[in-house]
This record gives sequence, C-alpha cells and structure tokens, in this order.
Amino acid sequence: MPTAEDKASARNARTVWLLSAPALVLLILAASGPLLIVLVYSFLTPGEYGNVEWAFSTKAWVGILYSRDIFDGTWKLADAHLTIFWRSVKLSLYTTLFAFIAGFPTAWFIATRGPRARTALLFLITIPFWTNLLVRTFAINQIIRNEGVLNTLLLWLGVIDTPLAIIYTDFAVFLGMTYVYLPLMVLPLFASIDRFDMRLLEAGYDLYASRWQVLRRIVVPVVKPGIIAGSILVFIPSLGAYVTPRILGGGRNMMIGNFIDLQFGAGRNWPLGASLSMTLLLIVAVALVFYVRFANRESRHG
Amino acid sequence: MTTPVSVEARSARKDYGTGDEGVRALDDVSVRIEKGEFFTLLGPSGCGKTTLLRLIAGFETPTAGQILLEGRDITEDPPNRRPVNTVFQSYALFPHLSVARNIGFGLEMLGRTRADVKRATEKMLTLVQLEEFASRKPQQLSGGQQQRVALARALAPEPEVLLLDEPLSALDLKLRKEMQRELKRLQTETGITFIFVTHDQEEALTMSDRIAVMRSGRILQVGSPRDIYNHPVDRFVADFIGETNFLSGTAEGAQVRLTSGDLVSAPLNGRHGEITLAVRPEQIRLCASGEPGSLRATIADTVYFGTDTHCHVALNDGTEIVARLQSPPSGDVGLVQGAAVGLRFEPDAVQVLGD
Repeated sequence: MPTAEDKASARNARTVWLLSAPALVLLILAASGPLLIVLVYSFLTPGEYGNVEWAFSTKAWVGILYSRDIFDGTWKLADAHLTIFWRSVKLSLYTTLFAFIAGFPTAWFIATRGPRARTALLFLITIPFWTNLLVRTFAINQIIRNEGVLNTLLLWLGVIDTPLAIIYTDFAVFLGMTYVYLPLMVLPLFASIDRFDMRLLEAGYDLYASRWQVLRRIVVPVVKPGIIAGSILVFIPSLGAYVTPRILGGGRNMMIGNFIDLQFGAGRNWPLGASLSMTLLLIVAVALVFYVRFANRESRHG
Repeated sequence: MTTPVSVEARSARKDYGTGDEGVRALDDVSVRIEKGEFFTLLGPSGCGKTTLLRLIAGFETPTAGQILLEGRDITEDPPNRRPVNTVFQSYALFPHLSVARNIGFGLEMLGRTRADVKRATEKMLTLVQLEEFASRKPQQLSGGQQQRVALARALAPEPEVLLLDEPLSALDLKLRKEMQRELKRLQTETGITFIFVTHDQEEALTMSDRIAVMRSGRILQVGSPRDIYNHPVDRFVADFIGETNFLSGTAEGAQVRLTSGDLVSAPLNGRHGEITLAVRPEQIRLCASGEPGSLRATIADTVYFGTDTHCHVALNDGTEIVARLQSPPSGDVGLVQGAAVGLRFEPDAVQVLGD
C-alpha cells in the first residue's frame, strides 16, 4: 500500500517533469528534430530538381567515398571527395596549431598585464566578433589578392617583381581561418592562464628547472584545460568552415562545408549533402572523444 | 670565526622603482649566516626580510652589493643554478603532480636517475610522515600536510641552504606549534642551514639559533634569542620581541631618577643624561606599599590570562607599567583597583636602551 510519503514523492516527480517540459520539448524539436530530418534524408533518393523522393536508398552513403563512372557505370573510389576531406582536416589542424602558437603568447601577455591594460586588450580581442564574418573575410581578400595591399607594397618596395599568388590557395584559406578563429583560442587560454598561480614559476626555477622546463613541465600541464577548450573551439568551426574557403579559396579549394553546400545547390543531390553532413558530425564527435580521453588520461597520471 | 660561513650578504641593497617613487627595500645589509644554523629574519611586514630571502634565493638581484654562498659570489646566478631551495608562504605546490612527483621534481630537474629520484622521494615521505599520501594530489591534503609536502620538496635535492618564507603563517595555532618542533627536528637531522623569515617573535625565539631583527630595510640586531630578549639594543627591538615596559629618566650617578621621582639602579656603564630603561613584565614583583627599595604604584587594572594575570599599575606620574604575575590556584590575585602597592625589579631586570 502506498504511503503518504510515496504519494508525495510521486507528485513531486510529476511536478519536476512538468516544469522541465518546455525545455525538453524545445530540446527535442530544436536539437534532435533537424538532425533526425538530415539522417532520414541521407537514406532517400534525390529528386529531379532538388529535394528528395521518398524511396529508400543507401546510394548517398556509398557516394561519400565512391562515385559512379558516367561511361561504364562502375563504382570507383571518389578521389575528389577524399581530397576535400583530407584538405578540411589538414587545414583545420594547421589552423588549430597555428592559432595556439600565436594565441598562447598573446593570452599570456594579456593575463600578465595590469587590470586596466588587460580590460583594454580583451576588448580589442573581442572587437572582431562584432564585425560580420563576411566583411572580415573580404578584408583579408583585399590584403592578399594579386592587386591587394600586400602585393602592391612588396612590388613598390622592390622585394618581388611579380605578385605573390596567395589568394585562392590552401594557404589563403588557412590564413583566413587562423585570423577568424584566433580569438576563440585566445579567450579560453586567457581564462586558464589568468587562474594560473604565477608563484609556481618561482617554485619551478627554485627546484632547478630551466625556463623551457618550467614552460613544458609546469605551465602547459596546468593550463591544459584552456588549451583543450581553445583547440576544440577552433578545430570544430574550422572543419565546417564555409564562408572563408569560399571567398579565399575560390571554387577549386573546397572544404567539406562548401561541398555540402554544392549538393544542396547546383548538385541537386540532397541525400548526398545529408550523408556528408552526418559524416562531418561524426568526425567532430570522434575528435571530441579523442580530446576528452586525452585530457582525462593526462590528468589522472600527471 | 670558528664555524664556516654558509650565506653572506655584503652591503646588499635593493631599490624598487626609481626617483621619488622608488622604495629602498634593503639598505646596505651585511650579515653572515653560519653553516648548519637555524637563522631567523624577524621583523614587521615591509622591513625587508622577504626581500633579503629573495635575494638569497635568486628571485631578485640586488641593486648593489653581493650575495655569497660558501664564499662563492652567486649574486648573478639564476635560482635554478643555486643549491638553495625555498619553502614558500603559499607552499606553491604543483597542482597537476602527485605528492611524490612534487617531492621528486627538483631531483628530476637535476637529471638524477629514476631510481635515485624514487629512493630520495621515499626517504623524504618517511621523514615528513606522509608515506600513505604519496599518490594524492596536493589539493586533497590538509594545510598541515601540504606544508610538509612543501618542506619535503625543498629538502629532497639536499640543498646547502633552505629558505623558509613565513611557512607557518597559514596554519592554526596548535598545528603551528607542532610544525615548529618538526622544523627544528628536521633541521637538526639534516644539518642543513635554515634561513627562516617570520614576523612572529615567539616563533623566532623558540626555533632559532640566531635571530636578526630587521626594520625599514636594515638589520638592527643579530644575536641568540636569549641575547636579543635580555639585551635589546633599542626601543624597537625591545618592544618587538616580547612585551616590555619603558621607563624614562635621568642618570644620577649609578642610578636613574625616573620621571615619577623614584630612583632605580641600572647598568649605566658611564652613560649620563636622558636614559630609557626597559623592564620585562615577568621580571617585576609586587610587594607591600612603602617597602624599602620599592617603587610606589597603584593598581589600575588586572587582566586574567589563565596561567598569568597581567597587572596594570600606574606610577606617581601616571606612567603605566605591566607586571605579569603567575595566577594563584584560586585564579584571583586579590588586588583591587586603586590599591597602593610596591614594585620590585628582579636582579639584572633593568636594561638600558640605546637611542
């Protein structure tokens, strides 16, 4: 027989569920809903003029790695797709690495300033966030294009006699992404370094560690949460970057984001676009799991 | 000089900032610290004691002067090239490393073999009685345990000199007393020169072989605890080390005529004119009023402190003196406010202070 207490706790549980219902509904609709649609679309047949036809097919998933030869109809490994994947991962890794190399000293510098200078510097770091991504990317375009600021200056100085071909290369994409995502590296690094107890540096020197050893054995391990957070924040949007490779990479140097866009636009192959999106999600998830594992293992043994 | 010198400062000066805004933290300090002694730098905050310690550790370089270690000039050596280790006030333990790895850090940096580091770490863990905490992280330990890890970490590389920057100030009273004895034990066992910085005079008196009392970037007096307590050079030292009553007066032959009119014998050694005398509260006895050779006084107040009772008495001219009496078993010294009493000083209790 249920006691009064049981009834009360049951009523309590019901209230809790009712109170969280709006949030749950929103989560299901907004987070899982679109994802589910994308997943379902990836198993359908492409329609004549875009959209999908409701006929089950796994072609879109096969199409990620293989493409059908238009002459003899055999399936072959799609080199072009693999190139795009590889370029996306490679450029994102370079971007993350370089954002760290440039971001760490920046964050350290800001964190070791006085309170007023630090506020001003942090403000400067956040300014780009208020500017449209498109505008910022076109600004980079203006600097590095053949008749741009950089080439004009170098030509005028006589350093070079033909313009450097930077625009519409992988390097241009890397440069643009590093510039765009650098603040996302600097801010978590700053937060982490700000909490770092500078007295540990003296303790390290005192115990016979050289400058390099203090950096490697004390600073980096202690601020690692910031390094990991910054790397994730840079790597993930880099992998799905769309605007930057479009404007700075031209049509040829596509990344996954542009490739997906192509399927929903001119390619008129929504299911392939959907399966590519799911693949991107998968890569990100794997990267995240790897990061988390790495972080935990280090801190346990440390 | 029979004992060899461990650390020596020669006219060490340290200025922070320049011009009018500059602060002279150390003003031409010269001191010799003997090998194997427990040496304490004592003074109020801002007296330069921590600055001197940081000069010896190598975290700062002196504006002028030299720091010598066993006769070798180490003024320009960075901290990682000095066989000197520090126990920091905040402990500054590495939060990402286990207790054992913290302790082994110095030896690891010195490039010792894994086996050596392990052996030394285990020895240190035993020495500070933390064997079962070897794999814990520092933040999982209590304040006292962290303190012992900090000690073990600094002692593990067997430095020539161990510097301790107010290491006990974060501990509660009971733990502090315990750690004071532990520190003294460690120092005796290892034979390492300890240089200890504190603003706590009691800590300094109980632990040190010698004490240097500092003020405004200068060393006022160096000596054994007994020396400094019983023969302070000036009013500041006398006041800073324990409680003291100051009496002013004028020399009259071998005696001093106090402002209250009473006559007191003092070791004047030929000094004349205005004289300041110091008498410790526990070296004052109360007696019946008018007893020959005693000072006339009236009871102003009595404060019960447990083992002691502090008797505030006023001389004729209002000069207030504190006498520390042992509380009787009943707890009541039986003195009422306003009662007339006589004061006697124990033999050799009266000290003549410098200017």
